[in-house]
Order: sequence, then C-alpha cells, then structure tokens
Amino acid sequence: MITILLIVFTVSLLYFAIANRLMTYVKILALQGLILFGVTFIELIEINVVNLVLILLETIVVKSLAIPLFMQYVIRKNKITREAEPFVPHTVSLIIVTVLIVSTYIISNYIIDPHLDKIYFVTALSAVFSGLYFISSRRKVITHVISYVIIENGVVILSLAVGNEMPLLVNLGILLDVFVSVFLLGIFINKVGDVTSEGDVKQLSKLKD
Amino acid sequence: MILLYLTGSVLIALCMFLNTNRRVNRMLIAGFLVLQWIWSVYSLTHKNVPEYIFFIPDALSILMTVTLSIISIPALVHSYDYIYPEHDNPRVRGIYFGSMVVLIMSLTAAYVASHIAVTWIFVEITTLSASALIFHRRNSGSIEATWKYIFVCSISLVFVFIGILFLSIALGDIRENDMQYSILLRVAPSLNTFWLKLAFIFIFIGYTAKLGLIPMYTAGIDAKDKAPSPAAALFSSVLMNVGFVGVFRCYEVLAHTSIHKWVDQVMLTTAFLSIFVAAVYMLKVKNVKRMLAYSSIEHMGIVILALAAGGIGYYAAILHLILHSFAKSSLFLQVGHLYKTFRSKNIYSIGNYFRYNVPGAVLILFGFICITAMPPSGMFISELMVFRALIGSGYTGILILMLILLTLIVWAMGKNIFKMLFIPVPGREDLHVEAVSPYETLLQYLLLALVVYLGIAPPAGFADLIKESIINLNH
Repeated sequence: MITILLIVFTVSLLYFAIANRLMTYVKILALQGLILFGVTFIELIEINVVNLVLILLETIVVKSLAIPLFMQYVIRKNKITREAEPFVPHTVSLIIVTVLIVSTYIISNYIIDPHLDKIYFVTALSAVFSGLYFISSRRKVITHVISYVIIENGVVILSLAVGNEMPLLVNLGILLDVFVSVFLLGIFINKVGDVTSEGDVKQLSKLKD
Repeated sequence: MILLYLTGSVLIALCMFLNTNRRVNRMLIAGFLVLQWIWSVYSLTHKNVPEYIFFIPDALSILMTVTLSIISIPALVHSYDYIYPEHDNPRVRGIYFGSMVVLIMSLTAAYVASHIAVTWIFVEITTLSASALIFHRRNSGSIEATWKYIFVCSISLVFVFIGILFLSIALGDIRENDMQYSILLRVAPSLNTFWLKLAFIFIFIGYTAKLGLIPMYTAGIDAKDKAPSPAAALFSSVLMNVGFVGVFRCYEVLAHTSIHKWVDQVMLTTAFLSIFVAAVYMLKVKNVKRMLAYSSIEHMGIVILALAAGGIGYYAAILHLILHSFAKSSLFLQVGHLYKTFRSKNIYSIGNYFRYNVPGAVLILFGFICITAMPPSGMFISELMVFRALIGSGYTGILILMLILLTLIVWAMGKNIFKMLFIPVPGREDLHVEAVSPYETLLQYLLLALVVYLGIAPPAGFADLIKESIINLNH
C-alpha cells in the first residue's frame, strides 16, 4: 500500500511538470498532502495520540487544506494569470523530471544500507530535486512558493525513510518551518503584487552589481 | 536560566510589537539589554553546566554570546536615532525593535544549543526575524531583498535539515537518537563515512547562506544592502557567526573520523572560491554597503580557510571571527551616518566626508585600516596566524594566490574609501546636510578599540576561552 502511495506521489511530480494551470498545481499540492498523511499513518503503526494529532495537523490540516486554500486566495486576490507560463516547454520539463527520477533510482541502487528503505529514498530525493528544477524553470513568484512546498514534502518523506523516528521536537520544527515560511512568503506575494503588476520574477532582479 | 531568558525576551518582543509609546519602548530596550547581559554573565560563571537537555554554555558559545551582547548595545542605541527621523510610525517602530530583540534572542539560543536540531530551529527563527528587519523600509528594493533572503535561506535550511537526516542514517544502529553534539563526538569514529560525507555536504551548503560563502552567499549581500544600518551591522557580524557555529560544531565531529582530510579539502576549495568571488565583485562594486558586505564574504573565506588549514589555524579562525565582528559592525554603523549626510549609498555621490563629519571620517579611515588587517589592527595578528597555518599544512600555493587576491581587495577598497573621504563630488550643493553629533561615533570607536586590544594584548581569560573552544580539534 505504501509503495502504491509513493508511486502516486512520484507520478504527481511528472504531472506537475506538464500541468499548465496554477489551480492544477494547487490541487497537486493538496493531493500530495493526503498521500503524506496516508504514508505516515501506515508507517507509524504503534502510534501514540500526541504524535497522531501532530501528524494530522501537519499533513491534513496544513498541507492539504490550509496551504492550498491560502494559495488559491493569493492567486485570486492578486489576479495572477491562470497559466503557469514556464520558461521551458512542457515536453522538456517532462523529460528532465523523468531523468531526475531515473537517476535518483540508479544512485539509490549503489547504496547498500540496511537502515534505508529505497523507495522512500527515491521518492524523497526526486521530490527535492524536481522541486529545485521547478523553481528554476517557472517564471511566477507563486510557483516558486509551490515548488518550495514540494521540496518540503520530499523532506518529510525522507525523514520517514530514515526509519528511526525523529523526535517530537524536530517534527515541531518542520511544522514551524512550513507554516511560517509559506505564510510569510504568501503575504509577501501580496506585497510584491502591490508593487509590480504581475508577480513576475523578472521584476525582482534589480539588485545586482 | 535559559528558559527565563528566552521567555523574558519573547515577552519583551511582544510588548514592543504592541506598544506605541516612545518612552515605554525606550525602557523595554534597556530592559532587554540588561536581560541579555545577565544571561551573558550567567553563562560565563556557569561554564559547561547543562541547561535542561538542549543547551550547554560551552567556551565557543560564551565567546559568541559576549560578542553578540557587546555589539547589540551600539546596534540598539543607533537604531534609536536611526529610526526616528525617517518616519515616526509607531507600528513600524514596534515591528523593527521587536524583530531586533527576537533576532538577538534566537542568535543567543542557537549559539548555546547543544543539540543539532535545536540549533537548526533557532537558525530558522533568525531567518524570519531578519526578514522583518530587511523589509523595514517597505519599498520595492527592500521587498526584492526580503523575498530573496527568505527564499534562499528557507531552501538552505531545508538542505541543513536533509543533512541532519543523513547524519541520523549514519548513526544507524547506535540507538542514541538524541543527536547531542557531545554524543556525536563520542561515536564519531564508528560512523558510516558515506552518509557522513553526504550529511556534511548538505549541512555545509545550507549554512553557507548564513555564513556567507559560495554557493548561497547572494541573499546575504542584498539583505545587508537593504536593511537599516544597525540591522546590517548585526547581519554582517553576529548572524554570520551563527553560520560559523553551525559549521564548526559539525566539523568538530568530523575531525574525529577518517574523512577529516576530505572535509578539509571541501572547505578549502569553497573558502578559496569565496575569496575569489569577493575580490572580483569588490573591483566593480559601486555601493558602499555592498562593498562592506563583499568584504565580509572575504573574511569568512579566510576564517574557513584557517579552519581547514588546522594547527594554529583553529585558534586564528575564532580570533579572526570575533575581531571581524567588531570591526565590521562598527563600519556598518558609521555607514548609517554616511547615508544621512549624503542621502546616497553610491560611491560616486559620496565625497569629501572629512568636511562634513570629522569624527566619522576618522572612524572610517581607522576602520579601513582595521578591516584590511594592517597593523595596529588585531586582525593583522590573526591573519598572520592564518598564513602561518597555511604554510605549516603545505598549502603555500593557495596562500600565494590568496595573497594576490587580498592585495586586489585592499586596493579596490582603499580606492573607494579614500575617494569617499577626500575627493569632493563635483557639483554637490551642501544645503541640506544634517549635522552628526560627535558623541554618536563614540560607541563605534570603542568597538574598533576592542579590535586592536583583543588582537595585540588579549587578556588571559579571552585566550583561554578560545583555546578551550578548540580543544576537541587538537588530538
């Protein structure tokens, strides 16, 4: 079951590469949040109440409800064009993301370590690297934030791959990180939208030497 | 005690956010400074006594905390006359001082933390509070700088977190999941080197955003340019130190493993490339704040180079770090006055500063001597130690290349600074020049005096603390 969920997660990255509308991106984020909940829920069988509440909060409430709704609100409020307008054509994106996934798969085959679950490792690293690629290939500021959330999702899967449960403190740290940075960045998009007309990174390149 | 300090600072910060009265604000600042110094003195007297599970005031953290406490006095005092003439908006003022307090508090906690994840969390909080400070002016330039800063730092800190996860894979069967630095130090020789290498790469790249090295240094430059001068003074000194502390604590662990040499090579390469980039930009930069920011990159490169060289380099690295903090923050504070006088940060519109503000001009001249490590600057001593360490470890080739780059940097910086001090700007009318009170430069002079004093005649306690903080490296 976990395998299926993780494969769906990886496929969602491919879908992200060819998706054309911002709303689709937001929906992919919500889907990924649900998948994360499923994976963590199955993974941590002997779960105590505090941990369960925390995971529920982190995955369902924050990742699949709060962030997507907030993104939607930001897109509506700033009247950002619904098209994603990437720098590169979709086919190229698709090929690059595929290459990233395949290469993490090949790398993971070189690693022999009993503590590591390979499918988690592959999914997590492909999410991190695809996220970095999406940041560099998309034009709008909001897509940068969305890609950042994808990287964070990859990190959550990686922390599961490590196997030995991370302490509560770290979990809280991740929550703080996602929560605050995404909302801070979101509020910022509003500010950027006030100054520049179209939330485009081209207008954010005046500071240089 | 640390919990008292943390809750106290958070409460003070909250009051600052809410309060709109000028006099109450002033009292809150004084209260916070007292609290900060109480904690510093307490950590000095309670060395190596664990605070709860996650904090230990060890020698390195004491040095860094006291440095921070010293610099925070002029930074907060100067904020005061900086913020009023600009725009007297109580809400903006509250946010500014509140963020300043949160920044100083999270820096202190990150220095003292003895658990790798706790350090990470507090470094994350420094990003958030720093971004509020960069955003202070609320114009398009500061929006851009804030945006880049939050974004680059968030991604870098995600990298650090991935590194921590890899480190816990390296721990493997050793079921001591508390990733305390002391435990890591003990089990270091038995760790899986493959994961350790991956972990170090990610942690190091992540912390370069704070430390100001290649590849993540870019956001810091914009931040120091756009933040108010007192905040920039903190960014270019104590905030960079927090990156150093993060790297240093991991380096201590790795120095006990078989990949020590490899780690040294990585750091050497990064540090040298950073000095190179700093030299290139120094030659073309035309903005005085950005020039100082690139000079910070150069000095952090020297510090990391010293760490990689080993031997006497360890001592030199920490000494250089502390001296650089004092010298650079003093210069940044003076740039605030410079900006008030000329209403510009562009070197072409600044000139003949001696005519407008003699104490300030002398300070810039003296600061230039300090920062370029000419005697009597204490940094001369520490840089000399770095050179000796490099020769001692057989990196003479790198030393020669580095000296050429440093010469270029001194030339470029000198050219700009002497132009600002002596050559008048053609066609400038001196109608609206604000007079600067000479007393305002006093605190900056004291900072520079510290640079000379600590370098040339370091008090015994100070030298002992440095020696104690590197005790895990000499083996």
